[in-house]
Amino acid sequence: MRFTFDGRELHGEPGDTLAAALLRNGVRVVGHSVDLGRPRGVFSAGSEEPNALVRVGADPMLAATTVELYDGLEAWSLRGKGRVSLDDVDERRCDKGYLHCDVLVVGGGPAGLAAASAAGRAGARVILVDEQPRLGGDLLNSRLLLDGAPALDWVDALDLPGRVLTRTTAVGYYDHNYVVAVERRERGDRLWHLRARRVVLATGAHERSLAFPGNDRPGVMLASAARTYANRYGVRPGSRAVVLACADSGYEAARDLRASGVEVAAIVDPRPEGLEPGTLAGHVVTGTTADTEGVLTGVFVRDLAGRDDRLIEADLLAVAGGWNPAVHLFSQSQGRVTFDGHLQAFVPDVPAQAQRSAGACRGLYGTREAIADGHAAGAEAAALALGTTVAADGFRVPGCDEPALRPPAALWHVESTSPEPAFADLHRDVTVADLARATGAGMRSVEHVKRYTTAGTGADQGKTSGAVVVGVMSALLGAVPGQVGTTTFRPPYTPVPFATLAGRDRGALSDPVRTTAMHDSHVARGAVFEDVGQWKRPRYFPLDGESMEAAVLRECRAARTSVAAMDASTLGKIDIRGADAGEFLDRVYTNMFSTLAVGACRYGLLCRADGMVFDDGTTTRLADDRYLMTTTTGNAAAVLDWLEEWRQTEWPGLDVSFTSVTDHWATVVVAGPRARQVVAAVAPDAVDLAFMRYAPADVLGVPGRVFRISFSGELAYEVNVPWAYGRALWEAVLELGGVPYGTETMHVLRAEKGFAIVGQETDGTVTPHDLGMSWIVSPRKPDFVGKRSYSRPDTARTDRKRLVGLLPDDPAFLVEEGAQLVNAGGPMLGHVTSSYASDVLGRTFALALAREVAPGDRLTAVSGGAAHGVTVVDPVFYDKENARRDGDPLEGAPPPYAGEVRAESPAAAFAARFERAGGQAVTLREVPFEPMWEVRGDDPGVGLRLGPSWWLVTGDATPRPGWVDVSGQRTVLELSGPSAEDVLITGCPLDLHPSVFPGHAQTLLGRTSVVLERREPGRYRVYVRSSFARYLAEWLLDAIDAL
Amino acid sequence: MLLIECPHCGPRDENEFHYGGQAGIAYPTGEVTDAEWAAYVFLRDNPKGWFRERWFHVHGCRTWFAAERHTVTHEIRTLP
Amino acid sequence: MSHPDFLWRNPDPRPAYDVVIVGGGGHGLATAYYLAKNHGITNVAVLERGWLAGGNMARNTTIIRSNYLWDESAAIYEHSLKLWEGLSEELDYDLQFSQRGVLNLAHNLSDVREGRRRVNANQLNGVDAEWLDPDEVKKFCPILNVSDRARYPVMGATLQRRAGIAKHDHVAWALARAADAYGVDLIQGCEVTGFEITGGRVTAVETSRGRIAAGKVALAAAGHTSVLAERAGIRLPLQSHPLQALVSELLEPVLDCVVMSNAVHVYVSQAHKGELVMGAGIDAYNSYGQRGGVHVIEAQMAAALELFPIFSRVRVLRTWAGIVDVSPDASPVIGPTPVEGLYVNAGWGTGGFKATPGSGWVYADTLAHDRPHPLAEPFGLERFTTGALIDEHGAAAVAH
Repeated sequence: MRFTFDGRELHGEPGDTLAAALLRNGVRVVGHSVDLGRPRGVFSAGSEEPNALVRVGADPMLAATTVELYDGLEAWSLRGKGRVSLDDVDERRCDKGYLHCDVLVVGGGPAGLAAASAAGRAGARVILVDEQPRLGGDLLNSRLLLDGAPALDWVDALDLPGRVLTRTTAVGYYDHNYVVAVERRERGDRLWHLRARRVVLATGAHERSLAFPGNDRPGVMLASAARTYANRYGVRPGSRAVVLACADSGYEAARDLRASGVEVAAIVDPRPEGLEPGTLAGHVVTGTTADTEGVLTGVFVRDLAGRDDRLIEADLLAVAGGWNPAVHLFSQSQGRVTFDGHLQAFVPDVPAQAQRSAGACRGLYGTREAIADGHAAGAEAAALALGTTVAADGFRVPGCDEPALRPPAALWHVESTSPEPAFADLHRDVTVADLARATGAGMRSVEHVKRYTTAGTGADQGKTSGAVVVGVMSALLGAVPGQVGTTTFRPPYTPVPFATLAGRDRGALSDPVRTTAMHDSHVARGAVFEDVGQWKRPRYFPLDGESMEAAVLRECRAARTSVAAMDASTLGKIDIRGADAGEFLDRVYTNMFSTLAVGACRYGLLCRADGMVFDDGTTTRLADDRYLMTTTTGNAAAVLDWLEEWRQTEWPGLDVSFTSVTDHWATVVVAGPRARQVVAAVAPDAVDLAFMRYAPADVLGVPGRVFRISFSGELAYEVNVPWAYGRALWEAVLELGGVPYGTETMHVLRAEKGFAIVGQETDGTVTPHDLGMSWIVSPRKPDFVGKRSYSRPDTARTDRKRLVGLLPDDPAFLVEEGAQLVNAGGPMLGHVTSSYASDVLGRTFALALAREVAPGDRLTAVSGGAAHGVTVVDPVFYDKENARRDGDPLEGAPPPYAGEVRAESPAAAFAARFERAGGQAVTLREVPFEPMWEVRGDDPGVGLRLGPSWWLVTGDATPRPGWVDVSGQRTVLELSGPSAEDVLITGCPLDLHPSVFPGHAQTLLGRTSVVLERREPGRYRVYVRSSFARYLAEWLLDAIDAL
Repeated sequence: MLLIECPHCGPRDENEFHYGGQAGIAYPTGEVTDAEWAAYVFLRDNPKGWFRERWFHVHGCRTWFAAERHTVTHEIRTLP
Repeated sequence: MSHPDFLWRNPDPRPAYDVVIVGGGGHGLATAYYLAKNHGITNVAVLERGWLAGGNMARNTTIIRSNYLWDESAAIYEHSLKLWEGLSEELDYDLQFSQRGVLNLAHNLSDVREGRRRVNANQLNGVDAEWLDPDEVKKFCPILNVSDRARYPVMGATLQRRAGIAKHDHVAWALARAADAYGVDLIQGCEVTGFEITGGRVTAVETSRGRIAAGKVALAAAGHTSVLAERAGIRLPLQSHPLQALVSELLEPVLDCVVMSNAVHVYVSQAHKGELVMGAGIDAYNSYGQRGGVHVIEAQMAAALELFPIFSRVRVLRTWAGIVDVSPDASPVIGPTPVEGLYVNAGWGTGGFKATPGSGWVYADTLAHDRPHPLAEPFGLERFTTGALIDEHGAAAVAH
């Protein structure tokens, strides 16, 4: 395999890591350190690497020890920092997945393998994750025999149950046994979200170094790493080695190095007894020498009494400083660690979750004891998860020839007169002297010392340095490591790319785009869109080359002089029914609704308990026990939730229920003196409606609803048809002469009439009184939400800000929205909330909130450092007498609209793409025009139960009284095939296992709410809100593409 | 991602819910002082330990319910 | 950067102090420092349950700015910013205070309106502020994606050039060193477990290291304020929530300003040493757990990549959470409590770091004179009863 390092072409072997391949090519200096610029080489063989950090392609910084070599790989050395550039923006796709299990085993070494095997034998659903490309853990790196055969034979012979995820690193252990793991795949990482009843941690242990002068030279390496390169990769990490064996693992490394042809010049063991003849027992390493490139050439060795002091020539110093159980995940799960004086290491103490550690991660370093412990942990986890008892399963711990391990030397730091720095943290260049300065400055907490020195904050997050820092600190403070404690272990265990965490929530999928039934028409007509919440709303409809200003004036003129049309489908619509619906509305609105006549509409304000305006809209009484509430576009969901909150938590006794019909109804506003002419052609039955009246009506041959409501002051109808006919209605209205207008024109028209917009004239600090709408606050009602707040001293002040109108001195000057109002250099009195050029006024005008002002006052509007004179006026600029609201009389009876009226389903535009995406594994289609009703109250005996007293009935049913037709509210996307579940688990957090999934559920898919129904194995229906259908279709296509 | 037991749907991920703060805050009835009203609107317990709180299963069955959760361990126990 | 060789003593508590400050975070240390410096009150103890500045001071994203909407907020935060501008010199410590400019991005028309409103208000209040259109935003921060094809395109931004970042630990240690030098006792590992209240007046605190008599007691415990107040029999309008943040690995310099976006919910800067420092949203539920859900981080990363596609392969190195005390109007509560001699300074929510010197200044003054400092006056507890809130939620649209 060819690869390049700093532009040099080199060759490696399949299966190599980049670090192994570099060593294979004799590359000793891989990079330089971040602060001191010292040359550094490969130090470890795993994700704990602090030195060998490289840039690979667009990856700014990776540990060479974790990069699997591939043909053509290009790597560059770094000076401890990554580099990103706009020329190299990576577009690789990442994905996510959601899985559930009885037993999750983290780590595929001896303990983890035994645990997974045991849990599977006991009948548990098991997931096993392991960081390496191949299972085996430390067995991959050793020459150990199990039952007389190579250890990996034992691994291969295991019958592992459930799902095994290799190249997968568990990076985070969160509350409620939620483990997040990164799977490295060629086509992009996948972030797994694993919810487990029980977790077995078998995360092994990290070997540690210790602090002695010159311990950072290329050629100084962890003994276990030297052993790994020799055994697993067939690479000699040096030709002449000194082994520092503070722990017995050093002797194993020495044996394996010799076996691979490395000369072992000496084994240095600080403990009184060596395990081999010739060991320099009672000795320590006191320094190193290096060549001109900084690469190790020799090791100073001294006996503890200071008599024997010698330099041993060597190009490899293999350091076995002892082991640190990998308690990271345990600690993240809120488990407490304790210092074990025998092991000289922190080990798990009390777990905080349904979890158990097994094997080396709790200090059981022997292979046999790890296997036995893992088996016991796996069997116990399965029994606890399944509610059974542990039973014998015939498992046998294999025999092996490992000697018993002696306690390591309690040695963290070697005192020496050498001028070379002794490093505690290699990545952050932190030395023993730095630690001593920190404690000398008065610091006693390991957290302070970490921050003072940056020790433990490097790329390896202290995996190689943490124990050394604690050990050195304890020596400096005259304490034991257990008193000093550790810094907190924080997720992620290994660094995770931003893109991996973002998953597929990128670009257009980063947040759902909601669209109306008319969206494609708007796009075809060249509309300029505005983001309102998640909705795309047309802001204006420019003709060829027309500016926004010109377009808006033209659209306004059409509405004021002839007829114009707007897509108002995004307004929230809530069907409210029940015997107490009127009473309920009286309690949430500031004005009365129980007295509203059937067929009448009334405008209302909703306030929070603090009395501030929260939302507004018109509500219509459809029947004695039935209302339709409209809300603002942005607050539709919040209002529905608000109503549910009051009903369920405060007034559970009221007979009232709420059904969202926002997406069911497509709404076209037909406004202008000639609106009657258009309505007469599309909904002749409704043409004679009085102002603020409603009637069900036949619209283009479809049962619809027409409301005579006006937000412009002109004659206006809000014509509603089910979603499927929305586009047809829109096209018909435009064909009949309606000039399309967008939100900008709507804003101008309402401002000319002095109508406030929630969120523009209000900001959470504005009461109805402030808006000049005291008339809508009922004095007769005993109470409504927010009422009591109006009598608080501050809210009752008479000098609060009020909604006023403004006329700029210069009738052509458009005051900036957000301009502050001052009076002769005094304090700010308020601000401009809305400002427009008006066609009908022939000038600019504005609305503002300001205190202590009255009509006729002269103020200064300050914006962008400039000041402009304005005059305060009444906020109603146009048609104060409301003379225009009845428009022009009908000129004859126009013929009914004769164009084609075609139904269109929400995902109709996707049919061809669905077709193309389909294959053997999975097919996707829309099931269009499915009749649907939402049912409240008693069980209808059919349909899907959505919640307490709540059903969704679909298909061939005969609607009964009280059922709410929601056929347009949702559409059905059907996903089938053997991989259907593989698509769903990339965005659905539910456990879809047949033993758990009840057949249907309301839940999340991607970033939208759905009803998910399993029709049969491998065939799912997704009921999605029509306005989200486009998003979900794109999302599903993307998921299929990523399979 | 907490796992929250919805009384109707069973255990679901936290992001299917909206948080509703302290449970059992009664709407004041009758004449109340400004201070009493302010307490209703703004004052909530904030204990370090067990806390009776409300959740709304917004992306599921749309039910409000109360649960007891420990604000340090995040352990949840169901209420009778 | 080299730290001083000596920072503080580690004294044992004495039996009595004129003022006991509960909480050794940034605000507590700043209060102690200004009590000594401005008011000559040095018989002071700062009691810290854990290690000095180990709470939110060690966990925040170090953003400093004063571009708040309302006059009352702008005044106190601008006072703080002015103190920041002289603080490194005053404390003789390199605080790595860098006035590199803070952008608050607008992504919809409502953001634009509110951004301009805030800029205009700031300018009239003497707070530097500018409005940038998307091209100017791109010029100021070239790696930012201002494409109109983004899901929520950047439609402009407010810029406060005097705003920026500082190194939180340095700030805490500099204040601690200065307070210690004045004779203030900084006592770590000392948890306040109760209050001795006689005749409606606080006379002592009970601690894990014994009883300590106090002339006055000043709470400065951020997310733990409610717990302490409850021990004194007081309920406060505060809720404690986890607020998560994260750092990336070290990078060569790539981002030389601070970028914040409320609509897309990102705030990011690059620290002096090279790591990107990013904040996420608060977790929804009350908690003292100093940890949050991973979904908050995932959403944060998705949002970050919309703004900064260049960071796609940058890696998250470490995530953590602080416990922020959130008030109903996203403004602090500063002043006396119903218990005589017991004062509160809390509710700074997600924005306490930037206020550190200003908060300490006005709190010290309030303690010294037994009446709210004029800048603190609007932030008293009574505002929740009268309704005179200082609501920095919606209008400013920049809660952090």
